[in-house]
Amino acid sequence: MAAATGLAENALAPSLGVLQGLGGGVPWPPQATYELIPGRILFLIIPLLGVACFAYILAKRMVPLLRSAPDPRFDHIAVRWGRVLQFWFGQWKQPRYLIAGILHIVIFAGFLVLSVRSISLVMLGISRHFVMPGFSGREGYFYGIVKDYAATLVFLAVVIAAIRRAVFKPARYAVPARYGKSHTAEAIVILALIGTLMVSESLFEASQAASQTLQGQATATLAPLSLAWMLKNALLQTPLPWLQQIHLRAYLVHELTFFGFLCLLPLGKHFHVITSFFNVYFGKLDRGTLKPVKWGVGDEHLDQVKSFGVKKFEDFTWKHMLDFYSCADCGRCSEQCPANAVGRPLSPRFLTLKARDYAFKHYALFGNSKNGKALVGNIYSEEEIWSCTTCGACEEECPLLVEYIDKIVDLRRGLIDEGNVPQTLQRPLRALESRGNPYGKMEKKRGDWTKANRFQQVCDVKILDGRNRADTLYFVDSITSYDDRMLAIGQATTKILDYLGEDFGILGAAEKDSGNEVRRFGEEVLFMSLRDHNVEAIKASGAQRIVTSDPHAYNALKNDYGDLPPVEHISQLISRAVKAGKIKFHPVENANDVYTYHDPCYLGRHSRIYDDPRAVLEAIPGLRRVEMQRSRDRSFCCGGGGLMLFYEPKEDERMGVRRVRMAAEAGANVIVTACPFCLVNLEDAVKAAGMEGKMSAIDLTELADKCMARKPEQNVAGG
Amino acid sequence: MEILVCVKRVPDTSENEIELNSAGSDVKRDGLVYSINEPDNYAVEEALQIAARSGGKTTVVTVGGDEDEEILRRAMAMGAHQAALIVDEAFGGSDGAGIATILKAFVQKGNYDLILTGVQAEDGGAQVGGMLAALLDYPFASLVNSIEIIDGGKLKISREIEGGHKEISEIDLPCVLSIQTGINEPRYVGMRGIRQVASIPIPTLGASELGLSAGTTGGAAAKVKRMDYFMPPLGKGAEMLQGSREEIIDKLIELLQANGGLR
Repeated sequence: MAAATGLAENALAPSLGVLQGLGGGVPWPPQATYELIPGRILFLIIPLLGVACFAYILAKRMVPLLRSAPDPRFDHIAVRWGRVLQFWFGQWKQPRYLIAGILHIVIFAGFLVLSVRSISLVMLGISRHFVMPGFSGREGYFYGIVKDYAATLVFLAVVIAAIRRAVFKPARYAVPARYGKSHTAEAIVILALIGTLMVSESLFEASQAASQTLQGQATATLAPLSLAWMLKNALLQTPLPWLQQIHLRAYLVHELTFFGFLCLLPLGKHFHVITSFFNVYFGKLDRGTLKPVKWGVGDEHLDQVKSFGVKKFEDFTWKHMLDFYSCADCGRCSEQCPANAVGRPLSPRFLTLKARDYAFKHYALFGNSKNGKALVGNIYSEEEIWSCTTCGACEEECPLLVEYIDKIVDLRRGLIDEGNVPQTLQRPLRALESRGNPYGKMEKKRGDWTKANRFQQVCDVKILDGRNRADTLYFVDSITSYDDRMLAIGQATTKILDYLGEDFGILGAAEKDSGNEVRRFGEEVLFMSLRDHNVEAIKASGAQRIVTSDPHAYNALKNDYGDLPPVEHISQLISRAVKAGKIKFHPVENANDVYTYHDPCYLGRHSRIYDDPRAVLEAIPGLRRVEMQRSRDRSFCCGGGGLMLFYEPKEDERMGVRRVRMAAEAGANVIVTACPFCLVNLEDAVKAAGMEGKMSAIDLTELADKCMARKPEQNVAGG
Repeated sequence: MEILVCVKRVPDTSENEIELNSAGSDVKRDGLVYSINEPDNYAVEEALQIAARSGGKTTVVTVGGDEDEEILRRAMAMGAHQAALIVDEAFGGSDGAGIATILKAFVQKGNYDLILTGVQAEDGGAQVGGMLAALLDYPFASLVNSIEIIDGGKLKISREIEGGHKEISEIDLPCVLSIQTGINEPRYVGMRGIRQVASIPIPTLGASELGLSAGTTGGAAAKVKRMDYFMPPLGKGAEMLQGSREEIIDKLIELLQANGGLR
């Protein structure tokens, strides 16, 4: 430890004073006494206590993670560092909310810059000649300028943020009564602490510079127009002893605020300051997939797993617990969540915060941790867990890459395991088990859509049952096979494949439901049986590739099945054919129609196919198209597919109704989508909203089929 | 409390298209999906909930063939403690009274405080529960939609009566109750649950184990015999109301009032 004799003061170059607060003119804080306490002791004890307290809290916060379920996230190191660069260091998602995003980027960058300064200041209270390695000389000088501006910008950002919070109150920060009290106070306290750090740091420096100027000494350079520079100029009329007191007090305030803030971080939403780096590093790398029931347990050993899913807090994986700690309570997830928007009892923000508060309460800082109770029925309701359509809007938005779908599915697995399933879902689940489709229709009628409305006279669809073979398998899935309205999508798809001269066929009675929603509703074992059946049937068909018109089937086959021939959605195939000139469209029938494209969640967000369907629409001559405000990765779910059609949620309004209104607001009167479930929901919603005649919905395959310019011999009757 | 639930396996009406066989003597049975008779499922759930509240065990029994074991397995996956499958060629062709006679013999081998049946079988006539009670000389209540245990070996039950009214009664134990759907929300059982109880043995009992002599059950003893089986002819179909929305609403109200749907 440096013996603080004060002899070395003049030996230090003035340019270093910026960083070290030295250079004379003011006493060194450890040499002063504060209310009879020697600074030397005070500035040794505060950091020691602060760090000890912080370490204790962190250790306590780690306890539940040590009791959690496994989660292997230690692979793909290079990819993970890349994501840290993009999402953490690069703050990639922040500008999606422009004002809040810019404010956050300023504060985040300021924190990174000022961390060096803060640590240097703490060390200055122990060692008079401490210089952060790499920050001496010229680098130190430049750093001093940069950090002066950083502190100034952070201070400004904090003031604006506080005004937004207190005066303008963006709706997404509001806390509905059922979730407790307003979080504004916590936010303001934290902003005030950050502001105090900035002011005390600047004041510490400004009072020294002013004091040096008054004493005619060489003055350290302060960045012009920075907070420190302005404070220095304001202090030039202040008597010297006062300046010295301000200097010493500013140091104490900075020290106390710094360590107070540090220990406050793990107690609330500002834990993300510490955990965000790790949360991003360990984030989920793939999309459209689900975590297995238990990491490290293969399907063949699942029977030995005693309990499925998440029932109590400790059933979550450590990464999911880290998610809870990392939530910054920014409310973006819930603002984007369609379930929340229509008044379903689900808010992703509070799904996380309730779990975080549970962890804080049951793994308290003092005393023993309590035994975990069941989460559903305690902090969550059953309706909350069933309300999610797994659309992925929340995950797409979260700046910290918090995961939701895996947690919802894990909670549902827990409910299914306990037999706790809404009656409206039990029947379709039973039917899926016995008949392979949720409607309980006969297996042998699965291919009957190929004969509906005498379609066999238009196209003769091969059934790949061993007697017939084809290169391409059209995987139809349940709704398109059995629904009287949706079979039109199957027929349109068939006509397109036929037009393109594809050698294709269907599985017919041998096909079962893809199980995309069966799995997402938590019925893993039933999903496995559907998957195994389909994989075997697909392999037996000998097809070299698979095409589907159902994004849910696309997702299941591509992401959940594995070990299959390549899978494509029909929109990709049409788009490619259009680009290659294999499909020509004639102009739209009614040039006055205004079209808009609705991105299905499982085609858009989960599969990132946004451009192919749009390219098809662009290729239709005379088609006027507008974009809805919420489109592409911010698309608003139609209400959900698969089993969600059977669920009766508590809600104020249907998601689909909200969506058709959005289309009307955009000025469209035709909604094009590329998913049978979207079409069901949107067509129902048009009726429910009383917009019949003013709005219609159509599938991309139907529109493409209608507009395809056929050569005379191909000019077949409409399906 | 020891509870017995009598269940039946029936073609699942929601998952089948019921067609007659060519002889017109029965529905076509091949390709049909079977499941537990829905009201029986509520009875099993109710028994499990009562057993969970008051202690005791739930036993599930069915009279039928080997293939009927699946519904017993399912009930065990729901949480029933034991099950019994009653199979005997001699029981073939039994009428409702015959089935009640068989069940009576089974009940007398045990020590049950409460016997539950579904309110009726989807392919049956709601007769077995009442007959079983009569044969046992137990009190009986049908259409029960809530059960509460009160002290002194009694139950407080409620029954749904016409017009949505409820009738509350007190009934002595042991008794037989036929359970109305909607009394509870039966728990879900998936493939996993059934797999977990797959290795638990389910005893099979025949006429000799139950001490039933020939001629008391089966076709020979049946006094009710099915004569014919037919689908009713299609009616006229739905009447589509025409006109503007207001006119349609007015006509609908008029029709509902005329037919007693609205007062």
